[in-house]
Amino acid sequence: MAISKDNKKSSAANTDQPKKSNQSRRSVLKALAGIPVLGILGWEVVKSNAAANTRKNRVIRELGLENLEIPLPLSNPVANTGDPLRVGIIGFGSRANDLAKGLGFMHPDEVEARKQDNTLEDWLQQDNLNVAVVGICDVFDLHAERGLVIARNDVRQGGEKAGKLPVKRYMSYQEMLADKDIDAVVIATPDHHHAPISIAAARAGKHVYCEKSPALSEKELNELYTTVKDSKIVYQLGHQITQNVVFQQAKEIVKRDILGKITLVETTTNRNTAEGAWIRHLDANGNPKPGDEKSIDWKQWLGSRPYVPFSIDRYYSWTKWFDYDMGMIGQLFTHEFDAVNQLLRIGIPKAVVSSGGIYYWKDNRDMPDILHCVFEYPERELTLIYSASLASSRDRGRVFMGHDASMELGESISINADYNSTRYKKQIDEGIIDTSVPMIAIQPGSGKVDAVTTATQKYYASRGLTTTNINGRQVDVTHLHLKQWIDCIRTGGTPTANIERAFEEGIACLMAHTSYVEKRRVEWDPVKKKIV
Amino acid sequence: MKDNKLYSSLQITTLVILRLLVGWHLLYEGISKLITPDWSSFGFLSESKWILSGFANWIISNPGVLNAVDFLNTWGLIALGVALILGIFSRFAAFAGALLLLMYFLNNPPLIGLEYSMPTEGNNLVVNKTLIEAMALFVLAVFPAHRVFGLESLFSNTNLKKK
Repeated sequence: MAISKDNKKSSAANTDQPKKSNQSRRSVLKALAGIPVLGILGWEVVKSNAAANTRKNRVIRELGLENLEIPLPLSNPVANTGDPLRVGIIGFGSRANDLAKGLGFMHPDEVEARKQDNTLEDWLQQDNLNVAVVGICDVFDLHAERGLVIARNDVRQGGEKAGKLPVKRYMSYQEMLADKDIDAVVIATPDHHHAPISIAAARAGKHVYCEKSPALSEKELNELYTTVKDSKIVYQLGHQITQNVVFQQAKEIVKRDILGKITLVETTTNRNTAEGAWIRHLDANGNPKPGDEKSIDWKQWLGSRPYVPFSIDRYYSWTKWFDYDMGMIGQLFTHEFDAVNQLLRIGIPKAVVSSGGIYYWKDNRDMPDILHCVFEYPERELTLIYSASLASSRDRGRVFMGHDASMELGESISINADYNSTRYKKQIDEGIIDTSVPMIAIQPGSGKVDAVTTATQKYYASRGLTTTNINGRQVDVTHLHLKQWIDCIRTGGTPTANIERAFEEGIACLMAHTSYVEKRRVEWDPVKKKIV
Repeated sequence: MKDNKLYSSLQITTLVILRLLVGWHLLYEGISKLITPDWSSFGFLSESKWILSGFANWIISNPGVLNAVDFLNTWGLIALGVALILGIFSRFAAFAGALLLLMYFLNNPPLIGLEYSMPTEGNNLVVNKTLIEAMALFVLAVFPAHRVFGLESLFSNTNLKKK
């Protein structure tokens, strides 16, 4: 056979005793045998791409999503000009650590740890906000001292200049607010101090960045609202979630009516740990965390709340008691409400019903560990549900349900067409849209829209396993939220979580909380502006 | 292997077909990475278990290294695929490809007790298709599949003539 003959030839070529052979046309052809294979592969690749593109483009085009590419809101030169903004931080617990990092200040120990695991670089690349943390106020010596160390650390490039300003510890927030050398305050205390400090700060003309919740009573909230409205300060509530780029894209999707008429929004909390249930006064070995009446100004910590003897449990796990916050409604639903309100502008509900109980963490708490709140918006023809569990971490997303499609919005966006959709009926019938897999998936960091085409992509999108934050570096959303606040202070704009949004959120949460505590359906009277 | 040993045409043909098939597979793996926007080995490496997980973590925690690995992976696969199909440097390509596949295998071996969140194709225990493909490349490297039906045969003939 020809092959064996040629084989002999070429095998012979390997040996040290070459046989004379003719460079026959046939052996040349055989030598080039791989080329047609390459050609076929090339052709198949082009065909497969074209098929995928046709399908993908058709979905994207028919949905009008061609231009849905929203760039990452990164460098903005505004923050870099002029004198540094002099910021005081009130309440320096664990959340303040993150806020300080967002502002550009990190504890030396964490700098070292991050050098070890190579995550320092991302943080160093964060925009310089041209901020100096010049004041720390905390009732606990240990926390205040930690705050001072962090504020004085000028490891960041732009931090140097800021670091040259002296950092001072204030023994009370009143003392800090009276200081003319403070331009703005970041409030990260337990919730019962939020409104009183925010109100006092607004009166003193200091800009306010306050962690949620804005207030714990209607009276406080109304006072906060009018005080901020009457002042010239920039107020920002700490809802960093909406700074996530996927949120801007979700907004665009809602605007383009991809989901059809949205009548139900479901938000959830799914936790199943002691830490997640706010049992936080013990360290890893089960011993009480540091702090006693000598190092903690307990009277100041309690503020206007009823007197109780000092308790390390209350100091660290304050969330468990309604004297200091509204439980999951104040701690977690606030974020959910803000997310939905930023997207749909639902505002204050007409009516709210809450129910739940303490079924699992039967300690000394007031807050329920299973809670359901239903918010009615008859004018919007929409219901918002909050379903929360502290005793199961089964992952339930945040879902916007429309007649034509539903959108799960988290770190990524995943949109499935509805099987009974009117709008997509044709595409579903033709098999262009498969309702069992996401019709559109938007992955964090990519800034791109993709109609999902391959099995792997589908899998990743459905699992939210889309870890593609490579080209766009990892950007801290808290930093972006603080930056927005600071940019507004410098340029006179209005931040996203402004006092109007804070008021709507405050009322919605107070309604849900009142309903749970008083075990009744509560309504909002829009004329009297009162919860009834 | 002795070079003067002769193989039947069927033996040689099957080896060549194997070479073309593996080449096709590697080349398309490379091309699909190239044409997938935002493709990164991050997902694969973050799933790394067993002895190479430390190394994989080091790669993904260094954006520069990760970019280099992504680039080398994509173009490495393309180069290996082309070499295997055309039959140029194909013995080297077979060895290199086998080692690369072995690396993939060692990052995600289907061993008892290792769980992956990525779905696997088929049911594997210790042995999976990546390992078999790596072995197929070792086989190709040690048999003269590149001497026939490949550009190298052309060069070796030319050399032969000169002598």
